[in-house]
Amino acid sequence: MSHPADLNIDRIAELSRLALTPEEKARFSAQLGSVLGHIEQLAKVDVAGVEPTAHAFPLHNVWAIDVAQPGLAVADALRNAPSQRDNMIVVPKVVE
Amino acid sequence: MSAPLYFQTIAGLSAQLAAGRISSVELTQSVIARTKVVEPRVHAFNSFDEPDALTQAAASDVRRAAGESRGPLDGIPVGLKDVIAVSGQPLTASSKMLANFVSPYDATATENLQRAGAVLHGRLNCDEFAMGSSTENSAFGPAHNPWDLTRTPGGSSGGSAAALASGAAIATLGSDTGGSIRQPAALCGLVGLKPTYGLISRYGLIAYASSLDQIGPFARTVEDAAIMLGAIAGHDPRDSTSFKTEIPDYRAELKNRRGPWKLGIPKEYFGAGLDPEVGAAVEKAIAFYKSLGCEIREVSLPHTQYCLDAYYVIATAEASSNLARYDGIRYGHRSKEAKNILDVYQHSRAEGFGDEVKRRIILGTYVLSSGFYDAYYLRAQKVRTLIRQDFLSAYREVDALVTPTSPIPAFKLGEKSADPLAMYLCDIYTIGVNLAGLPALSLPCGFTASGLPIGLQLIGQPFREADLLATAHAYEQAHDWSKRRPAL
Repeated sequence: MSHPADLNIDRIAELSRLALTPEEKARFSAQLGSVLGHIEQLAKVDVAGVEPTAHAFPLHNVWAIDVAQPGLAVADALRNAPSQRDNMIVVPKVVE
Repeated sequence: MSAPLYFQTIAGLSAQLAAGRISSVELTQSVIARTKVVEPRVHAFNSFDEPDALTQAAASDVRRAAGESRGPLDGIPVGLKDVIAVSGQPLTASSKMLANFVSPYDATATENLQRAGAVLHGRLNCDEFAMGSSTENSAFGPAHNPWDLTRTPGGSSGGSAAALASGAAIATLGSDTGGSIRQPAALCGLVGLKPTYGLISRYGLIAYASSLDQIGPFARTVEDAAIMLGAIAGHDPRDSTSFKTEIPDYRAELKNRRGPWKLGIPKEYFGAGLDPEVGAAVEKAIAFYKSLGCEIREVSLPHTQYCLDAYYVIATAEASSNLARYDGIRYGHRSKEAKNILDVYQHSRAEGFGDEVKRRIILGTYVLSSGFYDAYYLRAQKVRTLIRQDFLSAYREVDALVTPTSPIPAFKLGEKSADPLAMYLCDIYTIGVNLAGLPALSLPCGFTASGLPIGLQLIGQPFREADLLATAHAYEQAHDWSKRRPAL
């Protein structure tokens, strides 16, 4: 198992899409270092031949009937949009 | 002298409503007046809509007068944790990210309570996105424990517990991902039930860790918890993890299912870190069950020491994925600093999320990142299999498990907030249940010398909530802890 020191906070912050301050990076690295130190215990468990559990009671092939259902009205769907115009959500320019 | 209306039970109040001795409007007014008195000190609510609650109460009275009452919850004020959607009302998850969000739809649990006639009354404070064990991670400030205002009510559903314990609701809903219903119930002297994964629809519940999250009730008594569970349980096609199973009449089954039960005492739950007063109260409860003729057997859940680690890998991994939706585009906070699209994501999230949410997103992103997935996430999922097998093997010998709910009674606000690991250790007795998907409840089993409530945890078998509730009911009938109310 890799060492907690491998937590490259700059890289992980970037992957997480979180603009962290230098102070936050230092603090979270230290705090998560102690949490990861604890989590290292998992390496001690013999998991040879053990299947992973994603859900305690997995259900497979849950189908919905393929019939159109009423959805949210446009006004309801846009009600919480931070910025909108003409029934559309406004975002910063993404192409020059 | 009988207790004020706001301190009574669903069972008692529904009988008075049915007999015409009180109206839902009177009851709701009593709860609202009480809320106004205690809320400045307890801070259990994120938002409250008095005219809306009174309109619902009046509608309940009209139904009852027309002979169309919908059952024991009709006209009863019920508060919801602020992660459960109510159409047209704020839904914040105690986060700046959703500070101005108004839900455009109802959760299934909300609809089910409305169908049962409950008066939905206020959205309750919690740790941000249900991440925490003290409500101190709320962006709107912590809730306070009604038994001692300098202490936490627990978390993450601390507002749900504090509101009920202080008389600002007759019952409440919370959500439990690692103990977030049971631990605050224990710390506030209430009954709190985490149902089997899949029994309650998660549709309209703000997602934290989807394979672990489950909605459940807080109540003053086991009977009230049974009434609440009956109202919200059941299959829902809008949640693909919702289970098709027969829903018994939980309240009626309290009387039908009698022991003696075979009870297992997992030895790993009574080790270092357990407060002596909590341990002694739990031992007394075990002795009580023995006096009922129950067979008490020590059992072992050998992977208990790995529960916390598996949980913090799996839960944070799922959280990092679930919370990716908060990108500042379609809803939620959008940074004013942002100049390009990447800025919108990074700054909106940095400004909108609090520290604990950021920590968990970072940890979750890390354990899922390339090169670490097998070592952390996949391994944690395999350990989860072993943890689940531990419980299922124990159930070949016993009907239920008896443990403390929380290793310690309510701690001081601020005591653990600087040390995430110390906070995480509050959940050591509750977390395994979520990983295994089992039902479990906490019920009051005593008080410390300084007057803080102590909780007993009963862990049951999948989809056998009726047996679990009956086991708890047998204890409650012989003790009066549940009748105590905080002086506030």
